[in-house]
Amino acid sequence: MVGNSVNGAGGTNGSTAGGEVAGRTVTVGGVRVAGVTHEYALHGRPLPVLDDLTLTIGSGEFTAVVGPSGSGKSTLLRLLAGLETPTRGRLFVDGRPIQGPHPSRALVFQDPTLFPWRTVRRNVEVGPQARGKLGEQRDRVGETLELVGLSAFADAYPSQLSGGMAQRAALARALVNEPELLLLDEPLGRLDALTRLAMQRELLNLWLARRFTAILVTHDVDEALRLADRVIVLSDRPARVLADVPVTAPRPRLTDEAELRVQRRHILDLLGAGADAWT
Amino acid sequence: MTASAIGDVERAGHSGGSGGSTAGPYGKGGRGVGFRPPVAAYFAVLVWAVAAALTLLLPDRQDVPYTSALGVVAALVALAVLVLALVARVAERIRHWGPWLAASGYWFVFWEVSTAKTDRLSVPYFTSPQGLWEAMWNDHDLLVSSFLNSLRLLVIGFTLGAVAGVLTGISMAWWRRTDYWVHPILMSLGPVPATAWLPLILVIFPSTYSGSVFMMTIAVWFPVTVLTRSGISGVGRAYYDVAQTLGAGSGYLVWRVAVPAALPQIFVGLFMGLGSSFITLVVAEMLGVKDGLGWYIQWTKGWAAYPRMYGAIVLMIVLCAGAMTVLFKLRSRALRWQKDLVRW
Ligand SMILES: Nc1ncnc2c1ncn2[C@@H]1O[C@H](COP(=O)(O)OP(=O)(O)OP(=O)(O)O)[C@@H](O)[C@H]1O
Ligand SMILES: [Mg+2]
Repeated sequence: MVGNSVNGAGGTNGSTAGGEVAGRTVTVGGVRVAGVTHEYALHGRPLPVLDDLTLTIGSGEFTAVVGPSGSGKSTLLRLLAGLETPTRGRLFVDGRPIQGPHPSRALVFQDPTLFPWRTVRRNVEVGPQARGKLGEQRDRVGETLELVGLSAFADAYPSQLSGGMAQRAALARALVNEPELLLLDEPLGRLDALTRLAMQRELLNLWLARRFTAILVTHDVDEALRLADRVIVLSDRPARVLADVPVTAPRPRLTDEAELRVQRRHILDLLGAGADAWT
Repeated sequence: MTASAIGDVERAGHSGGSGGSTAGPYGKGGRGVGFRPPVAAYFAVLVWAVAAALTLLLPDRQDVPYTSALGVVAALVALAVLVLALVARVAERIRHWGPWLAASGYWFVFWEVSTAKTDRLSVPYFTSPQGLWEAMWNDHDLLVSSFLNSLRLLVIGFTLGAVAGVLTGISMAWWRRTDYWVHPILMSLGPVPATAWLPLILVIFPSTYSGSVFMMTIAVWFPVTVLTRSGISGVGRAYYDVAQTLGAGSGYLVWRVAVPAALPQIFVGLFMGLGSSFITLVVAEMLGVKDGLGWYIQWTKGWAAYPRMYGAIVLMIVLCAGAMTVLFKLRSRALRWQKDLVRW
């Protein structure tokens, strides 16, 4: 159930990549989380958030992470992004330990946190500009804006965007760096149901085309089952892996397929939101 | 300013030309349907025409030159307002300023009649419009050079103080060690009015000019430093996190994240600094450099040349209000992303 750490996600291992769609093999962006425990200090006392977490995620794989609110999902992504150092344990990408943030690992934050003093276009330009590549990658900025459907609002300031548009802008800002590992922290949380479906499709197409490794944190079990190769269910804080559910149904998926319905019920049961919770 | 889409919608709403009208607690003034004539401006034309007639037709009871020229100027003002009110492109703006144009006409009539025409407010303490003009014109070489000297001292002192303040504020917010050493100095010496150091500065500095520049610099430096430091310390961690995951190094974090995020506060500091630099400027000129408008005011007052003193005060108003306007314009440009920015 728990991904075993021996089967490392080092550069040699490409077998875990989810299927042979698009036919392009990618050998980067594999993740290994080895016995990671993380504690925050809250009111001077340690608050354990992750409890000896061990995971292996193959390169090019699309993994969803679900878990109760406050269980430590965002913390896991922050550790992978290199924004926090774990209290114990280690994290690797392609066999190399994570030592800090790196543009090859992009994080789409739970809050869009766009820079309010920059227009949408200039927000998307942050990545290329910070890496000193703005001159050569200006076209890519325009293409990425096109991709998330914000071309018409390229010159708007964040205060002029709706919540969903801001999230799409944040997504574009992460994608423009063409990351090997894309960490998504409920990136579609603020979208209405229709836009959400459309964006899920876009995200999936993007992933099929580019085959980066994707880790999607979400509250929406349907979303997880529709998109991911596998769903990791975390427990309440401190988070452990409750289940690691492979999703093998062929894409495109409709969540009312029988197999997915069973998996959905299983996951909701684990999260304490299954049929029992309603009686 | 706004997204082009939004701008289009707004522009489609009226045909009288845009600009001038302000959004805010008073509502969108003047954004009506169709063309509305600027009534107050037409009234201002009348007021200024009357002012011209009074100036030209009433006999002077004070001994003043240029009366007929002044009457012609008033008539030209009336004519200019009339022409502008009829030009559709600026009609919106003229409508906005119409009441003020009329009010300034009243003020002119009161001033001219109470001095030149009836001698109720008499020399040497008061002067008529043409008397003020005569005083300024007769001494224009000295006034212009005083103005330019004040401007130079203001620009040099303010720029040095602003740059020093921003740099000090950034390094205090960024490096704990700098903060440890600079903070006590800032908090003890900073609040002392820069002018209190004048005697000491005059002794220490090689020239009174460099001393005055230094005095202005510290007057600006203090508020700019305090507000830059607090502005940058208040920048949320999330902004740095985002920039770092996108590949930003520390230079990028300082200049492209921290400074823009703190800019609203930095501008507050700059405005406070500009205010105290005016005070320091006048004191420095009166007691130190013996040059500039501050010195000119002091000097003319010394031998009761009040009309010339008023002339220098008028130029002082132009200097200070002009400097404020420039800074406000800069701020409006730099902070145009802020939703409800108060404009100058
Ligand atoms: N910087 C911090 N300092 C102290 N405690 C923190 C900090 N960040 C997070 N926590 C705590 O860690 C726990 C896990 O937080 P985290 O944001 O990882 O949860 P989450 O699973 O993403 O929740 P949600 O689904 O609501 O976003 C929470 O109890 C939170 O209070
Ligand atoms: Mg979270």
